[in-house]
Formats: sequence, structure tokens, C-alpha cells
Amino acid sequence: MYEKDGEKYFVVDGHLHFWDASPENWVTGQEQYAKGWIECFHAYQGLGPAETHWPIEKFQKYTEDDFVRDVFEEGHVDFGIFQSTYLTEWYKDGFNTAAKNAALVEKYPDKLIVNGRFDPREGEAGLRQLEEDAKRYNLKGVKVYTAEWFHGSRGWTLRDPEAQFFLEKCQELGIKNIHAHKGPTIWPLDKDAFDVRDVDYAATNFPELNFIVEHVGLPRIEDFCFMGTQEPNVYAGLAVVIGGLMHARPRFFNKVMGELLFWIGEDKMLFASDYAIWEPKWQVEGFVNWTMPDREEYSDYPAVTTATKKKIMGLNAAKLYGIEVPAEYQLKEAGTPAAKEDAQLVESA
Amino acid sequence: MTPATVTGPGTARVLDALAAVHDPELDEPITALGFVRDCAVSPEGDVDVVLRLPTPQCAPNFAFLMAADARRVVRRLPEVRKVSVRLEDHYTGQEINAALARGDGFAGAFPGETADDDLEALRALFVRKALVGRQSRLCEALLAQGLTAEEVAGLRVAELPDVRDARRCLELRALLGLACTEDAPAFVLPTGEPVAAAELKRWLRMARLVRMSLEVNGGICRSLLKARHGVEIDDPEEGVEI
Repeated sequence: MYEKDGEKYFVVDGHLHFWDASPENWVTGQEQYAKGWIECFHAYQGLGPAETHWPIEKFQKYTEDDFVRDVFEEGHVDFGIFQSTYLTEWYKDGFNTAAKNAALVEKYPDKLIVNGRFDPREGEAGLRQLEEDAKRYNLKGVKVYTAEWFHGSRGWTLRDPEAQFFLEKCQELGIKNIHAHKGPTIWPLDKDAFDVRDVDYAATNFPELNFIVEHVGLPRIEDFCFMGTQEPNVYAGLAVVIGGLMHARPRFFNKVMGELLFWIGEDKMLFASDYAIWEPKWQVEGFVNWTMPDREEYSDYPAVTTATKKKIMGLNAAKLYGIEVPAEYQLKEAGTPAAKEDAQLVESA
Repeated sequence: MTPATVTGPGTARVLDALAAVHDPELDEPITALGFVRDCAVSPEGDVDVVLRLPTPQCAPNFAFLMAADARRVVRRLPEVRKVSVRLEDHYTGQEINAALARGDGFAGAFPGETADDDLEALRALFVRKALVGRQSRLCEALLAQGLTAEEVAGLRVAELPDVRDARRCLELRALLGLACTEDAPAFVLPTGEPVAAAELKRWLRMARLVRMSLEVNGGICRSLLKARHGVEIDDPEEGVEI
């Protein structure tokens, strides 16, 4: 919870990790990739304020105490969602698997949930694993990382025929939230791996599922916005937007937020810190205190109100995940997300 | 912008040549982005160029395009003997460098993983994005000077101001095979059709988003280079927060 000027913000962090990228966990022969991956993440941490930077050794492997302090005690986070990322070709026990994340969830069941994952290239075995994971972790969401390497393949898309079976399975298992994360590789390698049009395809074919595009499709924000404005079930995950731009590139941050508010809208944007890339504390405080400067170049962006920030900080995600939000954090104005849904129910009755 | 290390005489003309190589995703010269880590010319005229991208995970196809383009422009220079262009600190650097050394195309670097040896389709897609983005900047500048939508839409190539954005627009149009003659319309869709006055505002709203995306990506690349390697590069688009 974060309180500012008498307003209380319920904070849902939609993108948390508890990873182990220490050298002991690197797969023999794949060290350069395991090392390169975590060093790349570490460089991103460099885009936050200097006092929040960690030495690489701590960044490779941090403790449960670090997590609890940075996220809950100092980070204002009321509820967190783990996005499991496996990368088992590079990390022996995986980078941050559902099992590793789930160990923390067991200790803090009222504050954390874990999302699973699937990879359509795993076929039947993958479908069975998804069923097992759904049961074991009570999955409400999955994270899919399309650039993951697997047995010589360097990626996949949500348009692949095999992926449709997995999305059907998600629907069947009550896994409503599909977090899509694009990465640098995809087959064939000559295609733009960051293209988000496969999300468009899947979102149209599975209207009951929600598709949260992580990092707002960066580096293809424009493709994401053109798609998101047409698809009612596509959402913007703000990890990297806040962590990577708010401090390092404030003018770009204003513009990206303005464009997202214009094309996607405040009801479909979700806060996420991407911890441990960046600590939530400065992001939560910075975002709540941020205002769009009164300048010509920002003049045709939608207004940023307290309600806008409350929705983005947590109310939107709470709705997608069925997280209970105490009354003191709810919007005071009419037209809250819950009220909207009620109105639709009334209309359709 | 000079690279991190420059050794030997004769490097200036090589760097000039490399300034014509653009990052296809960002539409900015690789020299301005700080991607040229080293450039050395031996007394015999052997050229050794080392490229370093902001992260080891930059997409292999774009990394290949920049390295291959760099090799091509340097080889075209007179009195140049052997040319070596190497990509440093990249997760597919081994494959890409081996292919470059053999003079192979993209399919040579990643056999069986691509059907497009020269990445023409990918390149064309990003040239179209770059053109949209550049035109939006030019268009906004003209509107800010007081021109109406009708006046902007009615402009011809010959009437464009002699500024970097306008010159780059024409280069991009040429790459797409679009008309660049003096009487051709100044603002065009990627098909070559002129942007209609009635559509200008709507077109600009979309074009501005494309441009912002390119600029933000460039900004992140610069921030990462600074975080990883302490390389400070001016960012012409970010400006100063007032």
C-alpha cells in the first residue's frame, strides 16, 4: 500500500522474479549464454536510480530476505505475481521456475501467486505438464517467452498450430491470463522476432482469455498499440516502461505513457516492477508522484488522474486475477471497473 | 561520435563510410549510436572494424545486417586491402563472424534457420517504418511553422526544407523504389500514394507513434551502452527536460 496526499493506492506487482543465475546454476557448455543473459538484465538495472543498483554477485542470486524486504516491506507491494521463466537450456535448475517461486508462495499465500508457463514445442508432454502445474499451483496465468531455445529451435509464435492446443488447454483449466513476452529470436530467423501480430491472432481466436503483452511489446510499441486498440482482451504490462524509462529517459516516459493512455487506455494498463531487475519502491513512489508536464508536445494525451494511477497501480490487475481489494483502496468516483462490469451485466440481462 | 578506440591513420575515411550504415530498427547511423567499438587501418590498407551492440541479446538478423552493411561500405573504399568486420560480445557472434569472414549471407550464418539470405523483406519492413517516422517529424515541424494541413499535403519534394530529416526521407524513398523527383508529393504512404489533406491529422497520429517507438528504442540502446560499457552518446531526440 502506498499513501500520498490522503489517497491510498493498492499495489499489485504483475511481474516478479525470484531467480538463481549464479555460476553454480549455469549449464556446462552454455556458460556464455547464461552469463550474457544475467549481465544483460543487470545492465537494465543500470537504468534505475544509482542508489538502487546492486553488485553483479548479489544480482545473480539474491535471498528470500532481500525479496521480502524489497517487495513487501519497503516496496509497498500488496500482492505480487511471479512470472516463471525457465531457460533450462542455459540454467541447470532453470532461471526462475514455478517450483522455485512456489516455495515463496507457500510462505506468503495471501500476498503472492505464481504463474506457470507452456512451450508448444514440448507437445503432449508439455500439455500434461501444464495440467499438473495448473493443479499444483492453482494457476490463473501463464507467462510465455517466445524466444526461448529448445532442442535446436530458437523460438516460436502464438500463431503456431501447436500453440492453439495449449491455449485451448488454458481455457479448459481456467488459466485466464496469458502474459506474452517477446524476445530476440524466433524461427525463421529472418522474421521480426518482436512482431506482436501473433498475439493479435490468438486474442481474436480466444476472446475469453486475457493477453497481457509484457513490456508493452517493446521494442515494437507501435505494433502493440495498433493491435491493442482493436482487441478488447489485450492488456499492457508496464514492466520496463516504468523501470527503464521513468528515471533514465523521463521525456520518453511521458510520451510512452501518453501514447499508451491514448491507444490502450487506463483500464488496460498494469503496473509491474520486473523485480529483481528493478526494486518496486522507487517505481511505485515515482509513478504515483509523476504528472504529465503541461507542455504542447503532450497536449493531446488523455488526462492523468488519481483514478488513472489507482487503476494502473493495482485495481486493473486485481480484476484480472480476482484479487480482493479492501474498500478503502477502491475508486471513490462513479464508473469504477467493478461498476462498469455490473452495468454490462445489467444490460445483458 | 568517435569509437571507443581508434588506431592508426586513415581511420577517418573508414568512419565516414561507416556513418552511412544505419541500424535498421532505429534508422540512425551506427557511428552515432556508438556501435563502432574499434576501427583500425594498417599501413598496408587492411581494415579491422569491431562492432559492439548494446546487449549480447540484440536480434541476430539486425546484428547481421549492420555487420554485413559495414563490411560492404568499407570494401567499396579505394586503396583498401583486406576487410575484417567482427561483432563482439553477441550471443550469435560466432555464427555471424564466421559467415562474414567467408563472405556468406545470412543463410550461411544460420543454415536451415532462414530462407532469406539477404534479409530483404525484413529490411524493407523497417525502411517503411523509418520513412513513416521521419515524415512525421518533418510534418510536425512544418505545421509548427504555421502551415495548414492542406498546404503540407500539397507540398512537392522540391519545396521541402534542406534538413536532415528531409534528406533521409528521400534516401528511404529511394530504397523503397518510390518517386523522389522534384514534382513528387512530399508526404507519401509506404505505397507511394500522397497523404491526403483530410487524412493528414489521422495519419500524423499514427506516424507519431511509429516515430516515438523508434526514438524510445534508440534511447534504451544508448542507456544500455552507458550502463554496460560507460559509453556516453548524445541523444539528439531526447532533448533536455525543462
